[in-house]
Amino acid sequence: MSDKKYWQSFGELNNSEAYQQAAKDEFKEQLPFEGTESIMDSKTPRRDFLKYLGFSTAAAALAASCETPVRKAVPFANKPEDVVPGIANYYATTYVQDGEAVSILAKVRDGRPIKIEGNDLSAITKGGTTARVQASVLDLYNTARLRFPTIDGKEVTFEAFDKAVGEAIGTSPVVVLTSSIVSPSTKEVINQFVAKHPGSKHVVYDAVSYSGILQANAATYGKQVIPSYRFDKAKIIVSLGADFLGTWISPAEFTKQYAQGKKINEKHPEMSKHIQFESVASITGSNADEKILHKPSDSGNIAASLLAALSGGAVTITDAAVKKGIEKTAKTLNAHKGEALVVSGSNDVNVQIVVNAINEAIGANGKTIDWSVPYVSYQGVDADFAKLVDEMNAGSVSNLFIYSANPAYTWVDTNKFISGLKKVKTVVSFSGINDETTQLSKYVIPSHHYLESWGDAEIKAGYFSFIQPTINPLFKTRQWQDNLLKWSGATTDYAAFLKTYWIAKLGGEAGWNKTLQDGVVNAAAAETLGTASFNSSAVAGATTAVAAKGKGKYELALYQKISVGATNGASNPWLQELPDPVTKATWDNYLIISPKLAKELLKIDLNDNGQADAYEVNPPKKVVKVTVGGKSITLPALIIPGTHPETVGIALGYGRTDKLGKAVVESGKDAFIFTSLKNNTVSWFADDVQLELTGDLYKVALTQTHGGYDTKQGKRTEVMKELTLDEFKENPKETREDREKELAPFGGLEKFEKEGTIYPYFDKPGIKWGMSIDLNTCTGCSACVVACHAENNVPVVGKPEVLRFHDMHWLRIDRYYSGDMENPNVVFQPMLCQHCDNAPCENVCPVAATNHSSEGLNQMTYNRCIGTRYCANNCPYKVRRFNWADYTGADSFPDNQRDVLNDVVMNMNDDLTRMVLNPDVTVRSRGVIEKCSFCVQRLQEGKLKAKKESRPLQEGDVKSACQQACPTGAIVFGNVNDKHSAISITREENKLRTFYSLEQLHVLPNVNYLVKVRHIDEEHEGAKKEEKEAEKEHA
Amino acid sequence: MAFLRNTSKFFLTGIFILSGFLVFNSAKAQDGKALFNANCASCHKMDAKLTGPALLGVEERWKGNRKNLHAWILNSGGFLKTGDAYANNLYKEYNQVQMTAFAGTLDDKQIDAILDYIKVWKPAVAVVPTGGGGEGESKDGSLLFGIITLILAIVAFTLMQVNSNLKKLSDDKEGIPAAEPVPFWRNKAYIAFVTVVLFLIGGYYTTKGAIGLGRHRDYQPEQPIFYSHKVHAGINQINCQYCHIGVYQGKQATIPSVNICMNCHMAINEYKGEQLYNAEGEEVSGTAEIQKLYKKAHYTPGKPWDASKAEPIEWVRIHNLPDHVYFNHSQHVVAGKVQCQTCHGEITAMGEVKQFADLSMGWCINCHRETKVQFKENGFYSIYEKFHEDLKNGKIDSTKGITVEKIGGTECQKCHY
Repeated sequence: MSDKKYWQSFGELNNSEAYQQAAKDEFKEQLPFEGTESIMDSKTPRRDFLKYLGFSTAAAALAASCETPVRKAVPFANKPEDVVPGIANYYATTYVQDGEAVSILAKVRDGRPIKIEGNDLSAITKGGTTARVQASVLDLYNTARLRFPTIDGKEVTFEAFDKAVGEAIGTSPVVVLTSSIVSPSTKEVINQFVAKHPGSKHVVYDAVSYSGILQANAATYGKQVIPSYRFDKAKIIVSLGADFLGTWISPAEFTKQYAQGKKINEKHPEMSKHIQFESVASITGSNADEKILHKPSDSGNIAASLLAALSGGAVTITDAAVKKGIEKTAKTLNAHKGEALVVSGSNDVNVQIVVNAINEAIGANGKTIDWSVPYVSYQGVDADFAKLVDEMNAGSVSNLFIYSANPAYTWVDTNKFISGLKKVKTVVSFSGINDETTQLSKYVIPSHHYLESWGDAEIKAGYFSFIQPTINPLFKTRQWQDNLLKWSGATTDYAAFLKTYWIAKLGGEAGWNKTLQDGVVNAAAAETLGTASFNSSAVAGATTAVAAKGKGKYELALYQKISVGATNGASNPWLQELPDPVTKATWDNYLIISPKLAKELLKIDLNDNGQADAYEVNPPKKVVKVTVGGKSITLPALIIPGTHPETVGIALGYGRTDKLGKAVVESGKDAFIFTSLKNNTVSWFADDVQLELTGDLYKVALTQTHGGYDTKQGKRTEVMKELTLDEFKENPKETREDREKELAPFGGLEKFEKEGTIYPYFDKPGIKWGMSIDLNTCTGCSACVVACHAENNVPVVGKPEVLRFHDMHWLRIDRYYSGDMENPNVVFQPMLCQHCDNAPCENVCPVAATNHSSEGLNQMTYNRCIGTRYCANNCPYKVRRFNWADYTGADSFPDNQRDVLNDVVMNMNDDLTRMVLNPDVTVRSRGVIEKCSFCVQRLQEGKLKAKKESRPLQEGDVKSACQQACPTGAIVFGNVNDKHSAISITREENKLRTFYSLEQLHVLPNVNYLVKVRHIDEEHEGAKKEEKEAEKEHA
Repeated sequence: MAFLRNTSKFFLTGIFILSGFLVFNSAKAQDGKALFNANCASCHKMDAKLTGPALLGVEERWKGNRKNLHAWILNSGGFLKTGDAYANNLYKEYNQVQMTAFAGTLDDKQIDAILDYIKVWKPAVAVVPTGGGGEGESKDGSLLFGIITLILAIVAFTLMQVNSNLKKLSDDKEGIPAAEPVPFWRNKAYIAFVTVVLFLIGGYYTTKGAIGLGRHRDYQPEQPIFYSHKVHAGINQINCQYCHIGVYQGKQATIPSVNICMNCHMAINEYKGEQLYNAEGEEVSGTAEIQKLYKKAHYTPGKPWDASKAEPIEWVRIHNLPDHVYFNHSQHVVAGKVQCQTCHGEITAMGEVKQFADLSMGWCINCHRETKVQFKENGFYSIYEKFHEDLKNGKIDSTKGITVEKIGGTECQKCHY
C-alpha cells in the first residue's frame, strides 16, 4: 500500500484544529436549550421542570381515561382480482423523461406505486437504474402537479376544452413541439394528426441536445443517429469531456458496461483504462484512472491534436500538462487499436467530426462502436428549433402544441422565444407541471405522469420497452396522445390505439399480454457489431474550424448534476437533498472553482489552516458575480479539486419558477442564460468570463464534513484501500499482508475474531447476512442513496436542517481525495451501517433499543429508543442518524414540526406526498435514532416466501434496495452461511481484495469492501521502481 | 414486567387448556369432519339442500350400498351410465348438473371417513358464549388472601400496641423514665410504613393501569350489520379462508368485500336458523340483517345484481396493533401452522366478535417462547444443521423442540422495523 494520504476535506488534509474538533464530537452542536449556552443557565429552573412533569403526568392520566376512539375497517366493495391488501404487485413499465428511457418495474402496494426498481429483462440497462429514475416516483405525488385542464387559468371540462381548441385551430396548420419522442406509436399518432391538419409539422427540441453528434455523424457517416457505444468492449476509454457515467446519453447503460471493464479477476488481473479530459470535476472524471484538465474552449483543439498525434503529428497545444497527456493518450490508443473508444461531450459539430476521425483511426468503428443499433432517443437538432423560433417571431406559426419541452426556461434566447410565443394565436401546453412555458400558454391540458400512462419506447433500434399504468390518474389529467387522437377525429383512445399498433407485431393478445408483463422486447443480439462507412471529406475543414481559441482569462463550463439534471429534477425533494457525489452539496447550484483560483479570487489559501477551516466549517460561502456577455448572476463559490484553475462550473436546472413545487423555492440560479448558439448548435461553455467577488455570503448545505471521524494513523487507509493495477499485479497479496500485519497483535487474521476480544464468541446458526461492496465498480452514481430513501421512508429534512448537520441519509457516499490538490484521484466509498457483530453502539444503549440479532443484524428498535444518542456517539463509522424533529409527521403533536421545518418538509407530510411511504417500514417520530437496517423488511419477506414454499432461501429471494438499484452490481448481499450464495462466492473469489473498514477495532463488520484498483500509467510505476531501487541502494 | 408475564402466562394456559380441549374432543371424527369441510361443504349441507342434496341419511337413501356410493362420489358421470334409478332421478332433480368427480382427490378410506362422519353428525347445540379464554383465572382467591392479610395486619398491630404498653408498664415499674407516649397516628415509623405501603399499592395499580392502556381485551363493539361468526363459521362451517382471503397470502387476513358476501347471499336471503341474540341478550332478526347487506350492496332479490353499485361496509375494527408492530397472518397460519383460534379464541361460537387476547407484547413473546416451529417439516429450516444434529443426539430436548425463540423469534427486528 502506498504512503498516500487520503482525505475527505481540506481540514483533514491539513489536520486543522477545526477538523480535530469535529472528529472528536459526534454532534456538531450543543443540545438546543432556549437561548442559553448550557443547561446550567437554562431559563427553565428545576421547579418548572417539576411542574411540567406533574402536569404531563396528570394530562396523560386524563387522556388515558378517555374512551379509545373507534376505528373503522373498511374493505373493498368489490375486490379487484389482482389486489390483495398488504401484498405488493410489480408492473413492468418505462421511465421516460426528455428522451431518456429506462425499463423499470414499479412496486405497487395497495394500488399505489411506491418504489421503482430496474427491469432485469432489459438488454440495455440489465436492471440498472439512476438516481433520477429512482426518484421519479415522488414526482407522481408532487402537490404542485396540474390538476385539471384550464383556459386562461380557469378550470374547464375536457369537453369544453376540446371544443375551444377545435374552434381555435380550425383547419389551420399546427406545430407540434416536443422533446425527443422515443415512442413509435406516438410518432404514428403525431403523423395522423399532421395528416389531418395539412401544413402541420412536428419539431423536436431537446433542452440538452446531441445535435453535434447527430450532425457530425450525418456529415461523416451519412446517418443522423447516435450509434451504440460499447464501453464493455473497450480496453482504453478516452472521454473528451463526456460525462458518460453521469448524464451523457444513457448513463445507466454505460455505467453497467464500464463496470464490466473494471471488474477484476484476481487470477488474471486486467482492467480497462479510462483517461478523462475535462474542465470541471465530474463524476466520470472522478472515476477516471487518469485525468487531464483543460479549458473548455480547448476541447476542439485537443481533439484535433489527438487526431494529429495518432498519426505522429505534432501537438500544437501550449499547456505542457495537456500536451503531455495528449501524447501519452495517443501512444496508448495506438497500442490498442480496435479495442479503444473515444467519446466527446462537446455539442460542436466540428469537434464531433474530428472525434469520429479519431475513432476511425483507432479502429473503433464496428469494434467498440456499434452502428447497427443506433439510439432512437435524442433526435433533437438545435438548428430546427432555432428556425421555429424565427418563424414564430415572423408570425408564420398560428398554432403551437407543446409537450415535454420548456424553451421559456431552457432555450439560449428565452426572450426571443417568449416574444415569438406571443405572436402564436393558439398555444396549447400538455405539460403535467406548471413550468415556465406552460405559464405562458393559454390552453393547458395536463398529461398523465408516466406511472399513470400507456405507451411504448424504442430505446435503441429494435429494443422496445413498454409503459403501462400503475395507478388510476390522480387528477383530471388526460394523456396527451389522447388529445391528438381526439383532435384528429379518431374514435379510439390511445390505449386502444397502442394495443392495435402492437398486437399484430407481437402475435396476438397472448403476445401483447406477455410483452406487457415483461415490459421489454429485445432485438436478437448480433454476434458482431455493425459498421458504417466513413467519409473523411469533412475532417480537414473541421480540424481547421476547431482550432479557434477562447477569449479572456476565465471560462465557464455548464454541466448537469446527476441528481437534478437540466430539466425537472429541481422540483423533486429527494433529488434536491441527494448530496452531489462530486461536490457533496445539496439544495443549490453554485460556482465550482479550483483551489488555485480560490486563492486568487476568494483569497482563501487552503494550505493555511485557519483559512481552510473558515471556508470549510462555516456554511456561508463567499458569493461571486459571474458575468458573460453582459449577463450576470451571483452564486456562492465552492472549491472543488479537479477543476481547471481558469475554469468555473455551474450546474444547469436550477433557478426555476416557484410553481413547480416547494422544493424549487430559493434553490439556485438559472445558468441557461449563459448558453449560446455557436455554429448552429447550443454551446455548453462560455469564454471571456468576468468573475468578481461581491462580499456577500450565501449558505450552502454541504454534507462533506458531516460524517467526519478520526482514524488513528491519519491516512484513512484503515477505512478505505486503494492500489494501482501494477502494484496489485506485482504483489496481489498486498492487502492481505497489510491486514495480517495490522491484526498481528490481536491474534492475526485467522484467529482475530475469537482472540482479539474479551467478549464471548457467539454461534451463528441458520442465516447470517453480509454485504460486499466493490470500490472498483462503484462509480458514486448515488442511485442506491435514493433507492434507500424510497424504500425505508428516510425523511427529507430540508436545507436549513442539512445546514445544521441533520441530514438523514442511511447510506452516504464518502468521497476521498488523494495526491495533487489541483488534480487529485478520487475514490467513492458507500458508507452505511456495517452491522458489526461486536457493535460498539449496542453496548452503550441504556434501554437496549439497539442490539444484535442471531442473523447478524444490528437491530434498531424505534419504539424502545429514548434518544440518548450514546450509540451514535460510539459508532466508529458515524452512520447513525437522529430525528431532531418530526420530519415525517409521525407524532401526534404538531408542535414537533411547527417553526422547525421548512415548507419542503411540511409538504412531504401532505396526504398526497405521504402516499409514497412504504407501509412495511415504521415512520420514525422525533427523538429516536435510525440507521440502515439491511432492508430488514425485505429480508423478512424473502424468508417468509421460502418458508411458505418449504425450501431454503435461494439466490434472488432477498435483495437490499441499494443492491437492486446499483447499475454496476458493486453491491452484493446475501447469506454468508450459505457457501453457494453470491456473497460467499464474491468473498471467496476476491479474497485478496477483501477488507473491512476499521477492521482492527474488532467491531467485526458484516459489510466488507473490495479494494479499489486504479489503472495508472506504467510511467508512474517506472518512476516508483526507480525510487524503490534508490531506497534499496540507500539502505 | 413480572406482572405482565404472569397474566400472560395465565392467558396462555387458558388458551392451551381451551385448544387442547377442542383437539381432544374432536379427535375421533376429525378426519371425516375436515374432509367434509374441505370437499363437500361447498355444495352440501347436512340438513338442508344447497347446490346438492342434504347429506343426512345419505346411506339410508342409497340403501346402505357403500360400493355404489363410492363409485358415485368418485365419478358420478360414470355411475349414471350404469342406469341406477336413484342416481338418475337425483341427476334430473338437480337440473342435470353433475356432481364434481372426486377420483384422484379422495380415496376409498377418506370417503368412508366422510360417510362415518355424516352418520355420527348431530345438529350443533346452541352453546352459550362463555367469553374469553382467561376468564376462569380471575377467581384466584385474591380476596381471601386480602382478608387474611388484613386480619394478620390487625393482629400484628394489636400485638405491637400490647407489647409497647407492656414495655411501658415494666419501665414504670423499674423506674426508667419513659418518653412522652406518641399516639400511633403520629408515630413517624408508622406513618412511614403506611406511606410506603400505600405507595407500593398505588404504584402497582398505576403501573398495571398504564400497561393496560390501549389494550382492549374483550372489546366487543356493535357492528353495522349483526354478522354472526357462529352461524357462518360454526353452524355452517364455512372455511375461514373463504372470506378472509388474505390470511394465507399476506399481512392482512382481510375483511371480506361485499361481493364475497353476495356470492352466497344472492341465494340465501332469509335466516331460518335458531334465534340470534346480541351481546345485550336482545333478539336479532337474521333476515333483517341480510336486508342490511342488500341495502349496502344495492341489490333487490330476484333482479340481477350490479356489483359496481355496491358500497363498502364500514365495520368497526376490533384488533388493533400499534403502527410500529409488523404482524403477518400468513407467517403464522401458513409457515407456523397456528390455528385461528389460538389468537382469536373460539370464534366459531361467537355471535358478535370480541377480542380474545390482549394483543400485548408479553402475550406475543410468551407464545414465541413456547411454540415449536415446523422444524423438521419445513424445508426452510434445513439450513440449521447444528440444531438438527443436536436434536438427533439429544443435546436439545426433543419434547421442547425448536421454539420460535430458538431461531431468533424474540429478537426486536422480527416485529419492529
